[in-house]
Amino acid sequence: MTRTLRHAAVAAFALAAAAHAAAGTLTIESWRTDDKTLWDTVLIPAFTKTHPGITVKFNPTSPPEYNSVLAARLASGSAGDLITCRPFDVSLDLYKKGRLQELNGDPVLANFADSAKVAWQTDDGKDTYCVPMASVIHGFFYNKKIFSELGLKPPATEDEFFADLDKVKAGGKVVPLDLGTADQWDTSQVVFTGIGPNYWHGEEGRKALIAGKAKFTDPQFVAVWQYMAKWPAYLAKGYQAQTYADSQNLFASGKAAVVPAGSWDIAFYQKDGGIDFGAFPPPVKKAGDPCYISDHADIGMGINTASKNQADAKAFLDWIGSKEFAELYTNKALGFFSLSKFPIDVQNPVAKQMIGWRATCKSTIRLNAQIMSRGEPSMENELWNVNSQVLNGKLTPQDAAARIQAGFSKWYAPQQK
Amino acid sequence: MKQKFGTHVLVFLAPALAVYTAFSAWPLLATLRLGLYSTDETGATHFAGLANFQRLLTDEHWFGHFRNALANNVEFFAIHTLVQNPVALLLAALLSLRGVRGAAAYRTVMFLPTLLSVVVIGFSWQLILSPLWGVAEKLLGFVGLADHFAPWLGQEDTALPTITLISVWQFVGVPLMLIYAALIAIPEEVIEAAAVEGAGAWRIFWQIRLPLIAPTLGLVNILTFVGNFNAFDLIYAVKGAIAGPNFSTDLLGTFFYRTFFGYQSEVGSATMGAALATLMFLVILAGVGLYFLAIQRRLQRLAS
Repeated sequence: MTRTLRHAAVAAFALAAAAHAAAGTLTIESWRTDDKTLWDTVLIPAFTKTHPGITVKFNPTSPPEYNSVLAARLASGSAGDLITCRPFDVSLDLYKKGRLQELNGDPVLANFADSAKVAWQTDDGKDTYCVPMASVIHGFFYNKKIFSELGLKPPATEDEFFADLDKVKAGGKVVPLDLGTADQWDTSQVVFTGIGPNYWHGEEGRKALIAGKAKFTDPQFVAVWQYMAKWPAYLAKGYQAQTYADSQNLFASGKAAVVPAGSWDIAFYQKDGGIDFGAFPPPVKKAGDPCYISDHADIGMGINTASKNQADAKAFLDWIGSKEFAELYTNKALGFFSLSKFPIDVQNPVAKQMIGWRATCKSTIRLNAQIMSRGEPSMENELWNVNSQVLNGKLTPQDAAARIQAGFSKWYAPQQK
Repeated sequence: MKQKFGTHVLVFLAPALAVYTAFSAWPLLATLRLGLYSTDETGATHFAGLANFQRLLTDEHWFGHFRNALANNVEFFAIHTLVQNPVALLLAALLSLRGVRGAAAYRTVMFLPTLLSVVVIGFSWQLILSPLWGVAEKLLGFVGLADHFAPWLGQEDTALPTITLISVWQFVGVPLMLIYAALIAIPEEVIEAAAVEGAGAWRIFWQIRLPLIAPTLGLVNILTFVGNFNAFDLIYAVKGAIAGPNFSTDLLGTFFYRTFFGYQSEVGSATMGAALATLMFLVILAGVGLYFLAIQRRLQRLAS
């Protein structure tokens, strides 16, 4: 009797589970908790309009926990069908463990430039496992009111940049440059890899490091730290304890003239009426120098190999690679720019300005994102630390370069020659 | 009369033993075991002997971080011992005096921070000490000390003491309560007898009350020690897992978090994390062992 009951229960449970999985339901794993409403009210309805019968559920986990939670869910078999991909090594690690479906030769990938796909490919570029969704672009925002009161123009060169800041400082009313070193990540991801590409010439310098043909102690890298070492004179008093949120609030309240920023900040500064601000790309060394921007591939999507609903998941992924999604996402997820080749009509003025830099400057990704951060010590963590210390005046540009180079050559064979 | 060891003893022990084994002993043993394994690229684990420990203790990168975190942890504990516990003793002694007005209210107020979430505490103190909008500078200005204000949480040499004092502020209520309870448990006759013999309040405190609460003080210190070497949350809330500036606030707990769960592009390693957790366990075990050998035994002899 008991045994029959137990069998029946197991059978019923299995049936229910199967029915649950087969009814065309897709679950998306993501770290974009901020975008939950956007997915639920705009993106998913747009997809189901053309794909009736497929139900999609957006299931985000908070960003700091995403990587470990996802890994745990994948290991236990409870992860969703579609996986939002972090760029480079975190996703590469999942692919190597057989968690992400390989997408080689998929026609949808033809909608993306090679430079966009590199974030979700194996080192040799042979296997691709996620469809690129969006990038973030780095530059500076300036307060238009303060600039017009002081008669300033957005700077194009390093000299103009400091000349503008000097005038703001002489004015004495607002903080010239809005940046703190308490959180550390912004000094690296927004500042160092944001302003540096003009010095190391974007992809050229990045690839030279990977090939072992350049070192961090070379002048084109040391120059970036030398540039940063001049910044403390223009920062707010006590910037060592200023967090990223403090910086955001300072600029949003109109008490700072210039802030190094990422495109994702557009949405923050436009909240509640916001302030009148514009953007300028990182200044070049001399007038007429070619310019480079950090146009960092940040978010992609792939299919869980264990998904019971591969066909529908593929249909969704094709839609992610379509022009419709590119346009919707770029305009609705403000500050996240589609990586596709489709021409997109951007409505927000600042976002339009930033995506326009792609036409005049050459794009590159964050310097250390590919390969370089996977060793011990992790270059990402080292850069956070070193860049903050340079801005805190605790480390000279030369020592900063020497330290990063020493950590890099410790484990990376091409740098050991 | 010799009692027979009956099965009922086992039956009564079983529930506690089962819970303790399942939730405490087994995970601890599993962690110790996991530290002896390592993970390769495909996610497969295999036995590696003491390789993880060798790396932790000889590799310059790993050992540098471990040494730094350990030294910071010792400082963290030292400040707690030298500030938190004496302050708690002083407050408890004052509160246990006869006829202190509003003693209950003080007790509640001093215990309140302990009940607050560490995230709230971290956030509030960051705001109070913020050089941009904090009240600390202004308050110092009222007493003419504004020039001594500095971004304490952001400077390499002041960040750890500052965070430690925040932690002291939060947790001073716990030793306060323990010591207070011990103080009021001292029989009134003992104190009265001393007073009759002509001892002043000062002498009564040092020679009567303090020796009588010594076991509690020992307990408070060992609890502080274990708590401090497992500390993580306040640092994480205020400085993040990378514990800046320049790892000056890195404790064993934050170092473990980065190792086990990974941080940013650094992929976490459960096996390396387990090895580090084993070392933390040994450090705490050594501290507790030392305490039992050197202090607890002596206390018992004094009491008997």
